[in-house]
Amino acid sequence: MILLSLAAREAIAGVPIIATVAEVDQAIDRQVDELRHLWRKARETFKATVVQQTFLDATDPVFGSYDRLVPAAPSRLIARLNDRMSQAAASESVLLLDVARASERNGIDAWFDRGRWFQAKMEISQPAAPLYGDLAARVLAAQRGLSKKCLVLDLDNTLWGGVIGDDGLEGIVLGQGSALGEAHLAFQRYALQLKARGVILAVCSKNDSATAEAVFENHPEMVLKRTDIAAFIANWHDKAENLKTIATRLNIGLDSLVFVDDNPVERARVRESLPMVAVPELPEDAARFVPCLADAGYFEAIGFTVEDRQRAAQYAANAEREALLGSSESVDDFLRGLKMSVSFGPIGTLDLVRATQLINKTNQFNPTTRRYTGDELAALAAAPENVTLQFRLLDRFSDNGLVSAMILRPDPGEPEVLEIDTWVMSCRVFGRDLEREAMNVAVEAASHRGVRSFRASYIPTKKNGVISNLYPSLGFARMEQTVPTDGATRWYLNLADYEYRPTHIARTSK
Amino acid sequence: MTDQDILALFTKIIRDLLSDESITLTMQTKREEVPNWDSMNYINFIAAVEIELGVKFGVADIESFEDVGAIVAQTSAMLR
Repeated sequence: MILLSLAAREAIAGVPIIATVAEVDQAIDRQVDELRHLWRKARETFKATVVQQTFLDATDPVFGSYDRLVPAAPSRLIARLNDRMSQAAASESVLLLDVARASERNGIDAWFDRGRWFQAKMEISQPAAPLYGDLAARVLAAQRGLSKKCLVLDLDNTLWGGVIGDDGLEGIVLGQGSALGEAHLAFQRYALQLKARGVILAVCSKNDSATAEAVFENHPEMVLKRTDIAAFIANWHDKAENLKTIATRLNIGLDSLVFVDDNPVERARVRESLPMVAVPELPEDAARFVPCLADAGYFEAIGFTVEDRQRAAQYAANAEREALLGSSESVDDFLRGLKMSVSFGPIGTLDLVRATQLINKTNQFNPTTRRYTGDELAALAAAPENVTLQFRLLDRFSDNGLVSAMILRPDPGEPEVLEIDTWVMSCRVFGRDLEREAMNVAVEAASHRGVRSFRASYIPTKKNGVISNLYPSLGFARMEQTVPTDGATRWYLNLADYEYRPTHIARTSK
Repeated sequence: MTDQDILALFTKIIRDLLSDESITLTMQTKREEVPNWDSMNYINFIAAVEIELGVKFGVADIESFEDVGAIVAQTSAMLR
């Protein structure tokens, strides 16, 4: 990673206070162009992810409140520069580290020490350094697909004040008319916002299931509805066990969960038995639940994809699919009833963001667990000797979006042999035979190029055991070789011998 | 906090900062006499003292300290 940490006072120096809007824009465009040049240079030279820090506003008022109306007032210059720079960064796939926003949250004096600036041109003061490091790490983690995916909520004294089992529907504190009720409402609204941006919501509560669900159905002030919750568990079992069930049911890892509970005993219990689950130390005061969750940065993102926008609807559709599965006589019957279709093609420019996200986030259906940055993937997709494929799966309940990607690269010196470098598939579409249809497509695409065979590796990890039998199930044969240290197995397939696998997935494009 | 306490704290801070347990500061120690106590680590030292004791040095002070004793004296004055 290359992180550009630049001081604003250098960037805006030389713009006189009498400058017009046009002159200000010109000066700022010049700055942004220079940055663009730096980003490209950094990327070319180091082949690394480039992160640009927003400019801290450590300026002082010149006119006072009227500053806001003077285009060249220092605070306006920095605001404008940050706006223009952020847009440029997005168009260049440069990631942002928004220290400007962070400093608005806890005050510029917590970040910028004037003495340190004069002594050492140090813009981020030492006390802010740990937070700065944390913010930078979040961006990198998000890029590596390590952000959390699911918010698991306790109910009593977390989503509302009081205990539903004791206080009843009329007794719990929620909604207008009570400060505490409004605080809980604000927390629900925040959870709903997270849901809208693609975070999965779940409930894990010690309650009778019917009593707990009744609040969602019948309390007029509830912002969260039962349908917002993708996995709802209310019983008297150990919460750590229930969290495991939630992870299994949603088909995500335990390390993708954030567990929010007002009860310190439950928090301690979960931390102890499931250290991979993130458990924020919720403050006693419900008014501070939202900032506690928000400032922890669990759900840090580097993009907002179509799939993110649709995720909530997809999880709702999953519930409907489960209902269909329950009413189907056989799995075959169920798959036929889904009326699936796949569209596919090479990984194009428009697929890059989602394909990168998928490659970096997928741990289960991922035989090699290789990670690529957006730039690296763009280069792989552009190389004419490679075959890249992306698959979108539709069914009668929803458009699942881009759910699988494949990168095949020729063996050096053996252009007629393609190595399956990477193959990932979203866990949302497990069990639909998409891997069979994908292999059918890959074999066709490669045969057209005169490729004779595929080679592939399965490198076992803690998480990809679910596909340990993937290649033999698709007709690949094991390659004899000395036992490698990582437990990897090697597989090959002669395309001439490949038997096309029948599936219930129709093709919608070629 | 006596001046000796402050001096002991300074020794602890500078040992941590430079990862060197052999350092023992005296009132007469000058920065140049301590290996690796360069200008960057001087700023880090000042920041550590500020965080540890909740004091704040002025820019003029920081430039004028001749020896450790001067920093102790200024710290002691700020704590009073």
